[in-house]
Amino acid sequence: MSSRPESQQLVLRGVDVAYGEHLAARAIDFALTSGEIACLLGPSGCGKTTLLRAIAGFEPVAAGEIWLHGRRVSAPGETLAPERRRVGMLFQDFALFPHLSVAGNIGFGLRDGSNARKRARIAELLELIGLAGAGERYPHELSGGMQQRVALARALAPRPEALLLDEPFSSLDAERREQLAREIRDLLKREGVTAVLVTHDQHEAFAMADVIGVMSEGRIRQWGRAFDLYHEPADRFVADFIGQGARLRGTVLDGCRVDTELGELSCSHPHDLPSGVTVEVLVRPDDLVHDDASPIQAQILERAFRGADFLYRLRLPSGAEVLSLAPSHQEHAVGDRIGVSARTMRHLVLFR
Amino acid sequence: MEVVLNQTPNAAAPSGRRVVWRRPEFASGLFIGTLALLLALPVLVVLGSVLVPASEVWRHLASSVLPDYVANSLLLMLGVGLGTLFIGVGTAWLTTLCRFPGRRLFEWALLLPMAMPAYIIAYTYTGLLDYAGPVQTLLRDWTGWGYGDYWFPAIRSLPGAVLMLSLVLYPYVYLLARAAFLSQSVAVLEVGRTLGNGPWGAFRRVALPLARPAIVAGVTLALMETLADYGTVQYFGVATFTTGIFRVWLGQGEPAAAAQLAALLLVFVLTLILVERGSRRQARYHHTAQRHQPIRRYHLHGWGAFGALFVCLLPLLFGFLVPAGQLAVWSWTRAATGFDARFLSLTLNSLSLAGGAALLALIVALLLAYAQRLIPTSLVRSSVRLAGMGYAVPGAVIAIGVMLPFAWLDNALDAWMRATFGVSTGLLLSGTLFALLFAYLARFLSVSLQTVESGLTRIRPAMDEAARSLGLRPAQVLWRVHVPLLRGSLLTALLLVFVDVIKELPATLALRPFNFDTLAVRAYELASDERLADAGPAALTIVLAGLVPVVLLSRSIARSRHVQSP
Repeated sequence: MSSRPESQQLVLRGVDVAYGEHLAARAIDFALTSGEIACLLGPSGCGKTTLLRAIAGFEPVAAGEIWLHGRRVSAPGETLAPERRRVGMLFQDFALFPHLSVAGNIGFGLRDGSNARKRARIAELLELIGLAGAGERYPHELSGGMQQRVALARALAPRPEALLLDEPFSSLDAERREQLAREIRDLLKREGVTAVLVTHDQHEAFAMADVIGVMSEGRIRQWGRAFDLYHEPADRFVADFIGQGARLRGTVLDGCRVDTELGELSCSHPHDLPSGVTVEVLVRPDDLVHDDASPIQAQILERAFRGADFLYRLRLPSGAEVLSLAPSHQEHAVGDRIGVSARTMRHLVLFR
Repeated sequence: MEVVLNQTPNAAAPSGRRVVWRRPEFASGLFIGTLALLLALPVLVVLGSVLVPASEVWRHLASSVLPDYVANSLLLMLGVGLGTLFIGVGTAWLTTLCRFPGRRLFEWALLLPMAMPAYIIAYTYTGLLDYAGPVQTLLRDWTGWGYGDYWFPAIRSLPGAVLMLSLVLYPYVYLLARAAFLSQSVAVLEVGRTLGNGPWGAFRRVALPLARPAIVAGVTLALMETLADYGTVQYFGVATFTTGIFRVWLGQGEPAAAAQLAALLLVFVLTLILVERGSRRQARYHHTAQRHQPIRRYHLHGWGAFGALFVCLLPLLFGFLVPAGQLAVWSWTRAATGFDARFLSLTLNSLSLAGGAALLALIVALLLAYAQRLIPTSLVRSSVRLAGMGYAVPGAVIAIGVMLPFAWLDNALDAWMRATFGVSTGLLLSGTLFALLFAYLARFLSVSLQTVESGLTRIRPAMDEAARSLGLRPAQVLWRVHVPLLRGSLLTALLLVFVDVIKELPATLALRPFNFDTLAVRAYELASDERLADAGPAALTIVLAGLVPVVLLSRSIARSRHVQSP
């Protein structure tokens, strides 16, 4: 994180946002360089939308500072009005103005400059979102995905310092969300827009963001790349929230090995816990392999067919439950016992 | 990845001059609170008059006529309550749950009596049923009776007033009962049928109890109008609170005692408001069914269909067609003389007054409703409620509540000017159009406020935020987003207040400037002078104006006709 807020595009330093008596977001710190796309990921009620609204200027901060393109826009007792921040916002329900055409919507925030320049900018954006020629149509004539692109173009038209996206895919078909997220990412990258996305869906976050902040109860639990969040979760919350998995009790043998019910688990990257400590080890479904030769027999409690593979919920002899991903060319019924063993992991994720 | 996004304006954005958006809550809240207090001033003054020690006049009132006022007002409420209940619920049930010839016509035509102010229907029936009127003349021609040979009911009486008010006020009950019947789940009615109730039993034991809160709300609205009525009871010689207020105030020149009388009337009104609020809240809880299934109507044949047609035709006939016809006949007989320059100036007065009041009310309503949206603090919210409470308050009460503080202000100013400069300013505010407009605003603001508020709540807050994040200040958002989206609501608000002002009688009568007449005032004066036919043109014009919102209402009913006839 940069020390000088002036050199970054968007900086939050020690930000608290209060909703009445309750602190909806607390001690938030992060910084984005120009063109970076971040995502605030967390369950509903974790404070991510409140934080986004504070960046937009709709909520004041109770502590800390928000800097945007070298300008301090929020501090306790001073909140620059949303209309003076040059922040674009994409709303959950798009909030297109129903009384204006597509071109009217896109041009809504363009207030300086000649009409010719405005028209040129509108045409440029229509081209960008693949709706050239649709400028005279009205929002209600468009599909949900098209409305979203118009809302995006409207937010981008005045060339904002940052774009804020509030659960932008939640009102669209579930099957198309990831694809739309990738499309929007490409578009934002092409335009070089700094953006903050808020979502509760990790797949959207993975598809769209360069960097993700996992939030819970008003705090950012971990700030990092999707890969790191999955493989090196900072705490139990992040481990449970990102991806699937179960935690098994074990004892540390040395820097690379932990003894558990599944035998000795080992990894390629050493950890730094002392030997003999009792820990919980995170076991992801893909860490377990189906192995008929294994002495460890687990009973199938539940299974979900996912096309290429089955996801089994298994009960180990001790009663502990784990998840396992197995290729679907072999089928086992609920109640069957199968042999499982653990493969060598990249990191051992241990919690004391 | 370092992409320069902002070659354009940001470099020029003010870096030294930091513009801070301070939440303007306190100052704006104070402004809105003051405005609301000002608008509630008439009611507060009247309520406050209770604190003034009772005068000799008041003691005299209390021992002589006050019991009459109370008794007459209660009898009137009882009669109108029952009348509107039977007409309103009966017609609503027939038009929503039965099928008979003319049903779709009645569905909206039953609203027409709303266009007829009670005092005007009173004039027409007096003209029709008086000794010299066409009905009694015809009777004498047929029977050969002469004066004093027969008994004929006197229309100018308390029962007559009950009849008149019921005929024009039942649409309130009809509207709310109809909406309640339509929203009832068919399944609930059908469960009633499967448990062994016939159509009538299902109505009595299921539909009616379910619709009860809505019906109670409708009846209380009709009763509020009954208490507010001045023209009818005055003309029929029935002594009630409103006539009493005027007699004590203008007849005996005792405004303080009149205000105390008005305060007592307000107690009645407040009771009704509480009843109405309570039943509306109940009405919400009574809707339990989620899915809406079209109603299957009972098909009426033969005598049943004829009976239904007859029941629906009666209120329409006597509440609108007959009196409107009578007004048309009178206007026709005065076609040569009635529509003269005088009539033109009356119409212009009415139109400009109503237009001004409607515009004023719209602006204030927009201001209050938008303030409530921007700054939803409890101070602002309760201020807006306070400003909007005038509609239930009778015009006579508003009138005395406006007159008292204005007269006080005038006198104080006059005394100060005389003492300081030796000049008498006389009456600057009382008896001016300003006072009258203020009274209209206090009384009818809630009409535009409700319309604007309901329109505004349909616009999602994300709209405002989208516009703000695109660089618009709150006032610009109002102008560029809300006003275009609210166009329909704004027009409706304007129109409703406009028509209400044209129909308004007591406050206009009491507060108008000297020699400033409106259509309503002129119709009242002519009728009081027993020149009923001469009152025709003015009265007819008022009724025609009153038709406009009724047509709008019936059009919205026709549009929402989602009920399928099997």
